[in-house]
Amino acid sequence: MIEVKQLVKKYGDHLAVDHLDFQMEAGKIYGFLGPNGAGKSTTMNIMTGYLGATSGEVIVDGHDILKEPEEAKKHIGYLPEIPPLYTDMTVMEYLKFAAELKGIPKEQREDALEEAMQLTKLSEVGHRLIKNLSKGYRQRVGFAQAILGFPDIIILDEPTVGLDPKQIIEIRELIRGLAKKHTVILSTHILAEAREVCDEILIISKGKLVASDTPEHLELLMNGAEMVEIETKAQPETVRTILSNMHGIRTITTETIGEGEPQEKTTLAKMEVEEGQDIREAVFYAFAKSEYPLLMLKTSKASLEEIFIELTQGEEEHEHAGNL
Amino acid sequence: MRAIYKRELRSYFQSMTGCVFVAFLVIITGIYFTAYNLNMGYPYFSYTLSGSLIVFLVGIPLITMKSFSEERKNKTDQLLLTAPVSLTKIVLGKYFAMVTVVAIPNLIFCLFPVIIQMSGVAYLKSDYISILVFFLLGCVYLAIGMFLSALTESPMIAYISTFGILLVLYLWDGILGFLPSSASGCMVGIILLLSLVVLYIWRMTSNWFLSAVLEAIVVIGNVAVYFIKSSVYENLLSTILGRLALDNVFTGITTNQIVDVSGIVLYLSIAAMFVFLTVQVIQKRRWS
Repeated sequence: MIEVKQLVKKYGDHLAVDHLDFQMEAGKIYGFLGPNGAGKSTTMNIMTGYLGATSGEVIVDGHDILKEPEEAKKHIGYLPEIPPLYTDMTVMEYLKFAAELKGIPKEQREDALEEAMQLTKLSEVGHRLIKNLSKGYRQRVGFAQAILGFPDIIILDEPTVGLDPKQIIEIRELIRGLAKKHTVILSTHILAEAREVCDEILIISKGKLVASDTPEHLELLMNGAEMVEIETKAQPETVRTILSNMHGIRTITTETIGEGEPQEKTTLAKMEVEEGQDIREAVFYAFAKSEYPLLMLKTSKASLEEIFIELTQGEEEHEHAGNL
Repeated sequence: MRAIYKRELRSYFQSMTGCVFVAFLVIITGIYFTAYNLNMGYPYFSYTLSGSLIVFLVGIPLITMKSFSEERKNKTDQLLLTAPVSLTKIVLGKYFAMVTVVAIPNLIFCLFPVIIQMSGVAYLKSDYISILVFFLLGCVYLAIGMFLSALTESPMIAYISTFGILLVLYLWDGILGFLPSSASGCMVGIILLLSLVVLYIWRMTSNWFLSAVLEAIVVIGNVAVYFIKSSVYENLLSTILGRLALDNVFTGITTNQIVDVSGIVLYLSIAAMFVFLTVQVIQKRRWS
């Protein structure tokens, strides 16, 4: 479907995209995840033919976007970061223009327009000027433009930014619906969104692909570091002494919460546990024996957030090491 | 291309820019027409048109300023450039829309010679040719303005730079008078001009060696030719730069009723060149 080979984009001396290499299959939702300035938008702009690449190839349905742009662009619908709207047009006029621009045959234009407007719930505002619409509606107009004529590949750059929670849910549902027939590529810096919507996540940092897998696999990947959290009325020092004899704990971090008298304060302790160990029962009995009540006991897996931070920051450390 | 053409044209008349331009041009021409042709009884409409040229200087940048700069500012160029339409077609679509806006007042002008004929003798042939050349000159200005608009992100800068360049072109004949006519003066002037070209080549290639060699060739070559046959240089500067006086083709018709066919070809080729350059500028930005 889409093949990106050794893609490089330089702005002067700055390397915005650094030898990206990946493939995408039909009928899946892919998510580009990365901190600001990681090169997500640049990659998308190259994939859609808006920008040229310094080197490398992007092949869309067998057509190289840089060599046969017109053929390749026919298969792509694109919603950039800022929806490209002509604010002096009405929604209908704008979408009609977009349909004609995309070369949708005249007979099908009406139907395509209607379908796109229905899916994005724009029918009521069809005759209003775009400049009078709210941000959420503008985003939807941009979205309708991207899905007009239902191209094989739909690329969305941060599609839910600036929308209210209800609209976000609607857009996500829409994206999931589209994925039945189309390949959807979206970029986001919101991890929850990537986890919820995407079939596969590509984490990009400093123009490099640092991980590419399903959200579940990415979480499994990091499960080595399982955490146990407890909250107790004991003092931090007491907690450490109680836990000190226990096997299978790698590290302990404690913090005191609450104000006022020492008796009113509680201690929150996080323990990193060795692989394959379940220390929860042992912890419970240990505290019961010392007659300190446990207010809370739970395990926490490494979340996508932590993976994300680990991967993107790990990259940074490597780079510093390289500089030295 | 048709989609872009239609959208642009509609937007010119929805945003009033087109209406204001047409109205302004027709009104000013109407005033000149009343004064010269109706009151004073001068039978040439072409002479009247030469007065309207100044409206072009102010009006054309108004039309061209937004063409590409605003697309870039609002990021709507992303829609155009990611659509399955070639860049040349995008540029041509926009250019033809602007040409259409300029064609409308010129079509209205076609009525004026008829009015003159109704009340006496009219020189229809020279009048209509002058309207045509006036229109073509407008097309040249449009192409220059569109090119400058593609260079910047700010419509205001596009307006001012286009206006400045058109004004210089308008005053070119007067400026030429200040140039030296002696052989030595012309030689220095030509060396300076060619050095500018070399400077540009250096900026584009950042190749010191190449530019130094070129500069040496320019200086030595010119000095050598000067010592061998200095008469070559006499008046050379104003002859060469005089070609840039685009308006002369038009004023030749309006004041002397002389039609310079090569001038019409010049107009068409300059317009085509700037359309081409616009495509190249946008293309270059995509790759840098």
